[in-house]
Amino acid sequence: MKQLSDKIVAKLQADMQAPDLAGTCYSLVRYLARGGMGSVWLVEDTVLHRRVALKVLDLVAPADDLAARLLQEARILAGLEHPGIVPVHDAGTLPDGRAFYCMKFVEGQTLAQHIAGKNLPDRLRLLERIAEPVDFAHARGFIHRDLKPENIMIGAFGEVLVMDWGLAKVGATGLKLPSHKTITSAEPVQPSSRTPSPTTSRVTGQGRVLGTPGYMSPEQARGDTEVDYRTDIFSLGALLRFVLTGCTPGEKSAADSNVPRPLHAICGKAMAADPNARYQSARQMTADIAHYLNGESVSAYPENLIERAGRIYTRHRTAVILVAVYLLMRALFILFARR
Amino acid sequence: MSDNPPGETFPLTRHSVLLAAQSDDPAERSRAIEVISAAYWKPVYKYARMKWNLAPEDAADFTQEFFTRLLEREFLDSYDSSKGRLRTFLRACADRLFMNQLRDSKRLKRGAGSEHFTLDFEEAEREFATVHRSESPEDCFDKEWVRSLFSLGVQRLRVSCENGGKTIHFRLFERYDLDEADPKASYTQLAGEFGLAATDVTNYLSFARREFRRCVLDQLREMTATEEEFRREAQSLLGVDVK
Repeated sequence: MKQLSDKIVAKLQADMQAPDLAGTCYSLVRYLARGGMGSVWLVEDTVLHRRVALKVLDLVAPADDLAARLLQEARILAGLEHPGIVPVHDAGTLPDGRAFYCMKFVEGQTLAQHIAGKNLPDRLRLLERIAEPVDFAHARGFIHRDLKPENIMIGAFGEVLVMDWGLAKVGATGLKLPSHKTITSAEPVQPSSRTPSPTTSRVTGQGRVLGTPGYMSPEQARGDTEVDYRTDIFSLGALLRFVLTGCTPGEKSAADSNVPRPLHAICGKAMAADPNARYQSARQMTADIAHYLNGESVSAYPENLIERAGRIYTRHRTAVILVAVYLLMRALFILFARR
Repeated sequence: MSDNPPGETFPLTRHSVLLAAQSDDPAERSRAIEVISAAYWKPVYKYARMKWNLAPEDAADFTQEFFTRLLEREFLDSYDSSKGRLRTFLRACADRLFMNQLRDSKRLKRGAGSEHFTLDFEEAEREFATVHRSESPEDCFDKEWVRSLFSLGVQRLRVSCENGGKTIHFRLFERYDLDEADPKASYTQLAGEFGLAATDVTNYLSFARREFRRCVLDQLREMTATEEEFRREAQSLLGVDVK
């Protein structure tokens, strides 16, 4: 047999990893990215004539828990209908036996790309919008557990999307997921279902450490089984530091010294080692950010008298100047009147 | 036991080649080493050519010697899959064999003239001429291993298709996926060439690719000692950066 050239070998390798879409309503367009559990491909929905992203497990991924996790992720996403969470359209098993789900194809920028060149207020407002879907998920009992810059996308129209709910789990509030029957390879792929994003209590092993170093809370890094939504608050704190400095946690940066103290304090409070010392909700944290943006005091930072005066001056500069001018004029008037 | 597709020459259960290669039964061992050598002889030959700059005939003798020693259980008895991949282990064995031969000045003592394996070294030498010299010998070994595995996968697929009455599926696969012609024939052209509908071409190719994937993974599974090693090797084989 003629030797397979490097080019042919590379093509065969790519073909082997590509999802087998025979008999489904999808046709392969191209490879998009790699995730922790598998890869993401751009596919064309041949029924609805639209492009969607298909997340599929690796060909030889351990069948047991990863397939369940992927489907759980899809179900979690399906249960979280929010503009900041990518919708899931379809889930099931491909002819090659691999679990998959389909989601909206998001074209846009990553967080790191997007914040370049943005001013401080814009960056802070961006973080507020990241926190919204997280708060929404928490209210429904889900914890993301892997919030990091790579999992934040900003769409072409400025929409902020929290991606990759592969590590999500049902939180302490214990919201029950609707019971779904197990999707097996014997079942046909349902062309009718569509929209991306994984949401389901994670079939993570008890005590296993899952997450991203630097962005995961100390309790999550320890593998504590009882992590709650406050682990996401920690990650939001790390994300805040990222949008402020462009640095990942643990990385020293000169930009840190340029961060206003109240914002430093908000980061510090969100990233407190003790979950009880953190903000107790994403909403509390964004409220503090909003206070800062409005020139108000923030709960995380007890300011001294001078700082308070400075802040009030900054916030009400015109009024303060007018009052000062008025008082000066009045004083001068009185002075000259006495002479 | 045999859940192998028809046409397989070595009826083995999964992960059994390595066990067979360590067997006390010489016949079983011989068949197992044949399977291993089918996947590894070209990597070993080209590695020897590249790393030690051996002349073609010396590299051929070295390769024969290497697999003869494998047959004589000189290496594989000490293989422990928990400590590393078979691929890495065999490469280290080749290094050790070469160093020993150099040290003892008995280089090629047994290999020369005693050919236990029928290997086409001329073909390997022609192929070696196309190897990029900028590659490290280790990278070359790994790359050749992947190439061997895929070549064996193609052979398996051919046998499987022929036995299953799906020769046309294989011919289409060969024509579209293995042919480097530029520009590549379109599905419509292939349909005309093979007297099929364009949708049939799509379906047949899809079938052949799925079967090819199965053949390669089956081949790989036989060449690994444990399920974990299989998964590691498969991940490595498929590559992380699929483009």
